[in-house]
Amino acid sequence: MNHSISLTVNGARRDFVLDDPRVTLLDLLRERLHLTGTKKGCDRGQCGACTILVDGKRINSCFALAISHDGADILTIEGVARGDQLHPVQAAFIAHDGFQCGFCTPGQIMSAIGMMQEAQAGNDPERIRECMSGNLCRCGAYAGIVDAVLEAQAGADESSQRRSA
Amino acid sequence: MKQFDYVRPATVAEAVAAAAQPGATYLAAGTNLLDLMKGNISRPDRLVDVTHLDGLDQIETLADGSMRIGALVSNADLAHDANFAKSYPAVAEALLSGASAQLRNAASVGGNLLQRTRCAYFYDTASRCNKREAGSGCDARDGENRTHAVLGWSENCIATHPSDFCVPLVALDAIVEIEGRNGRREIALDELHRLPGNAPERDSVLEPGDLVVAVRLPPAARGFAAHARYLKVRERTSYAFAIVSAAAALRIENGKIAEARLALGGVAAKPWRPRAAEDVLRGVAPTTDAFQEAARRALTEAKPSGDNAYKIELARRIVVRALTLAAAGTPARIPALPASPLASTSGAIIHA
Amino acid sequence: MPELNLTSAPAHLRHGSSIGQPLTRRDGVLKVKGQATYAADNHPPGMLFAVMAVSSIAHGRVTSLDVAAAKRHPGVVDVMTPDHKPQLAIDPEIKTNPFVFRMEVLQNKEVRYANQPIAVVIAETLEAATEGAVLLAPRYETLPALVGLDAGESFVPPVVGVGNPTENHRGDVEAGLASADKKIDAIYETPPQYHNAMEPHAIVAHWDGDNLSVDMPTQGLMLSLGRIAELFGIAPDKIHIRSPFLGGGFGSKGLMAGPPVLGLMAAKLVGKPVKLVLRREQMYGPVGHRAPTRQRLRIGADGEGRLTALDHHARTVSSTFDDFYEPAADASHTLYAAPAIRTSHDAVRVNTGTPLFMRAPGEATGSIALESAIDEMAWACGMDPLAFRLKNYAEVEPITGKPFSSKALRACYDQGAARFGWAKRSLQPRQVRDDAGLLVGWGMGTATFPALMFQAEARAAIRRDGTGAMEIGAHDMGQGAWTALAQIAADAVGLDIDRVTFKAGTSDLPDAGIAGGSAHTATAGAAIHSAGAAVIAKLADLATNDERSPLFGAGNAGVIARDGRLIRRDDESRSESYTEILARAGVAEVEARGTGAPNPAAMEEYAMHAHGAVFAEVKVDPELGQIRVTRMVGAFAAGRIVNPHLVKSQLFGGMIWGMSFALHEEAITDRRSGRIMNANLGEYHIPVNADVPPLDVITVEEHDPHVNALGIKGVGEIGITGSAGAVANAVWHATGVRVRHFPIRIEELLK
Repeated sequence: MNHSISLTVNGARRDFVLDDPRVTLLDLLRERLHLTGTKKGCDRGQCGACTILVDGKRINSCFALAISHDGADILTIEGVARGDQLHPVQAAFIAHDGFQCGFCTPGQIMSAIGMMQEAQAGNDPERIRECMSGNLCRCGAYAGIVDAVLEAQAGADESSQRRSA
Repeated sequence: MKQFDYVRPATVAEAVAAAAQPGATYLAAGTNLLDLMKGNISRPDRLVDVTHLDGLDQIETLADGSMRIGALVSNADLAHDANFAKSYPAVAEALLSGASAQLRNAASVGGNLLQRTRCAYFYDTASRCNKREAGSGCDARDGENRTHAVLGWSENCIATHPSDFCVPLVALDAIVEIEGRNGRREIALDELHRLPGNAPERDSVLEPGDLVVAVRLPPAARGFAAHARYLKVRERTSYAFAIVSAAAALRIENGKIAEARLALGGVAAKPWRPRAAEDVLRGVAPTTDAFQEAARRALTEAKPSGDNAYKIELARRIVVRALTLAAAGTPARIPALPASPLASTSGAIIHA
Repeated sequence: MPELNLTSAPAHLRHGSSIGQPLTRRDGVLKVKGQATYAADNHPPGMLFAVMAVSSIAHGRVTSLDVAAAKRHPGVVDVMTPDHKPQLAIDPEIKTNPFVFRMEVLQNKEVRYANQPIAVVIAETLEAATEGAVLLAPRYETLPALVGLDAGESFVPPVVGVGNPTENHRGDVEAGLASADKKIDAIYETPPQYHNAMEPHAIVAHWDGDNLSVDMPTQGLMLSLGRIAELFGIAPDKIHIRSPFLGGGFGSKGLMAGPPVLGLMAAKLVGKPVKLVLRREQMYGPVGHRAPTRQRLRIGADGEGRLTALDHHARTVSSTFDDFYEPAADASHTLYAAPAIRTSHDAVRVNTGTPLFMRAPGEATGSIALESAIDEMAWACGMDPLAFRLKNYAEVEPITGKPFSSKALRACYDQGAARFGWAKRSLQPRQVRDDAGLLVGWGMGTATFPALMFQAEARAAIRRDGTGAMEIGAHDMGQGAWTALAQIAADAVGLDIDRVTFKAGTSDLPDAGIAGGSAHTATAGAAIHSAGAAVIAKLADLATNDERSPLFGAGNAGVIARDGRLIRRDDESRSESYTEILARAGVAEVEARGTGAPNPAAMEEYAMHAHGAVFAEVKVDPELGQIRVTRMVGAFAAGRIVNPHLVKSQLFGGMIWGMSFALHEEAITDRRSGRIMNANLGEYHIPVNADVPPLDVITVEEHDPHVNALGIKGVGEIGITGSAGAVANAVWHATGVRVRHFPIRIEELLK
């Protein structure tokens, strides 16, 4: 049975006919929309490499059936930069070497962006570590990841202060 | 993953009717169900997607002071609801100690209650497992079982219930609202999950089609807000299931414990409420001696189901610690490492 | 796939770079934008999906597969089984060279370990292929499985590791032990571990007649190319492998294993491009792992804390059908100056996939045992663990008596201890608590890893427009080859890094050897350095033989290359740009090749190792046993540091692996079935962000004129060694409980 669904992916509305209800958002993005920035590390919600934002919240896209997310607004790593202008989190990941092999990186960055929007961790390194613990990094780039988030958070705090001043 | 029919009911009644059919199961966030389906532990013919149903995603305070949480409220939204976290801090702490931020953002309250065991033999479809396949046997019994149950287990099943959330909820007398084929009913959460006995394939008392629509915390549960903690020992600092966990909640009046609530996680097929231990604390001063006696009572029925005798001693110690931390007072903010003994803001004095 | 644009750099990238500069990663922009293309990201037109079915038994044979059921599933195109598959040109069991990993590619119905591939389902969608594999519902004839370190008869393997002797000795160990005042005789156990790179092994295979295009992560492009060529009976020049980025390797992508070959076979069978990606649980079998060990250490010391003997025996396992033996005891060869040393190994065969090198193979397993035992001996002698190590500092390599090519370990101890504040450590364990009452412990370990060199070749060019090119089939699995090797290339051709086109990661480029043994930067770097020197020499020939050049008559060795100019060594006012030289000569470009290789004479004369000292602080809940590492300092001397920014990251990563070794990772095997019960990332614990404390790395300056032309020793693996022992020793210091079974479990601390 075919199901028609529509999603907003990185700002663009996409309508699909889904021929199989088993397709996850992760496999839809990677294998059908060829948006391969989002990675599959475990396919079982245990590594975080597939993290995307759905309606503004970070989730594991391997555990989300596409059909159940009809109408959702999806942001993936491909939708984060504005052309050549990197998102501050992306730039901070480069500056602080928040990755080595880079495979977990799209998930880490999406998770960091989601975490900053959740506003639970602030600029507390310990809370950042805890709130980023859903993203495994086998190379062990955690120290750089925390420093990158701290820098991006400091930048965000500064610009919100400027706005309110 | 097996092919399935996908059904998106418009109302709760339609959902119940659709899910009552053999082979049907509810889909909420899918954070447990999809895991089970990808591992072929669960192979439903029909998914009844309840995520688009109206009215199940509210957190409301009822006229009598109860708090009612819709089954589709996400774990994260509930934990971060300021009113909820202030009223039931141990529940919020338990929620935030579970899984990862991504999973908490997706996972629903109802789904958390109904998540299935993490027993490796349940997950390994080549193993015998009475819970997965009734009557097939239990390979965990003589297998790698150092994390398995020490309370309420049977020869047929030594699995534990993995939820953190349920542990303080059971301690606080939470009530589950269920919509079924015969209409709405409610039961104590403590009665939702079943001990394995001779039928470990039945995790809960739910009947086909039954839909958890809400969890309710009674007015009295607010009375513990000043002295409530959840504590969880695990093998990583975060993103790991509990080896053993405990929720402790106290009402302290004039330096004495007016009422104590206690529940253990990771020790049985259900969140374990040791009422006898609560009873010994009533009316006494919150001292280490009293907590040790409560811990002893809490584990009197415990016995190892395998290579896990240490969990009994660990459970005793975590009861003492959780009570000690609860007595010291709920922290103003949930620690950076929720429920961790290593939380730097635990603020408790530990006696060696 | 987007082209690797190595000049697109964020604003904070430092320019004017070369060796020694802390450049940010040149592939960083691609990686943070999700544009770095890993194998599974490819999707040629018409591609089908292949999914392996793997065995659920560890020993026996497959008696039936329900192929019809799988084929009935909509979208399933074909099912590859032992009865229906393309023929290979040679028997995959034949070891045509020592780097052949025996593999299961449906050559028969035998099952020799759990998670062994037994069929492949090919379908139009991933969903159909995945379910098709389930519908095969294999039936087996099951035989008893050999499991664990006591399975079957033990034997002494002919070699351990990659060609190391099984036994070594120097001096009389028994006499040394007999004369000792203090003795340690202890047994340490380490578990099976799995590489678990974040990127699952994957292949996209596309046959076009006899031509084969392959996207596949590999740490050895040429080894893979050769293996594919011989298995399929095609000429190597018909094969093109692309491996621009590996999502981690750690050794598991070093040798061609069965699954990618199955992907190639599947593509051949259906005549269409095929993608085959391992599911996470399928990585616990056919793609290697670190074998478990049981190590007995017997150590003697005299009344002044001088070692009198060191005897290190390791029991390990290999598979029932192939040979790889974790060379754990070899860790005792280099660090401590015992007058008598003996190392030995034995093994049993079990029903497991063949073990393989996993980040610091032997060094990591041996190090945690040795460093624990040394710590135990220091305590037995009543000495501070650092003082004890200094007392037994090896001025020459103990097992061979050779001098070290360089060894700045003393500086590592000094600088690391100072940064950590080690001098304030209490000798007695279980003495210190923090404000919250948690036990605090400090431990240390010595790190060491051999400075290896393999063979590599590179091609350099200098063009008339003043740019350069460097080509080498090097591999970036996260260590930073795209950046560090480009830095070496820039220096090699005397140009700013942004003026050098650096090509790597494909099989049509010169052979860079294998990215392993922490030797890739040294080996590929030496080849690049040599190619650069050769191309500069050619350029110098053009100039110095031309009377119109200001460099005329300077001679080839009389000029140096810098900033795109050749400059007279004895008179820097006389120089000429590359552009001018080539323009006048009427040449578009000059090109040359260079090689990197070990120097046998230097190896004969010197012991070559990197060294380090790691200091760790842990906190332990005194009643509940929960452990957390709260601080680590590592000081490492590893010769020339090409890029300190990236080196720090690699050392951090190694230290985290060491911590993981001590506290977290372990594959749990069901002792009856031989199945791994935690073949996932939820219960096979690797550290999460919250496990990792603030880390501090010091790179100690060290100049080594012998290891290779650039003096590079490599940093990929050394970080694990020392760190694992430091954490374990810190747990002892915190609690007073010596745990000799790793990882350290909570229950051990409740006793």
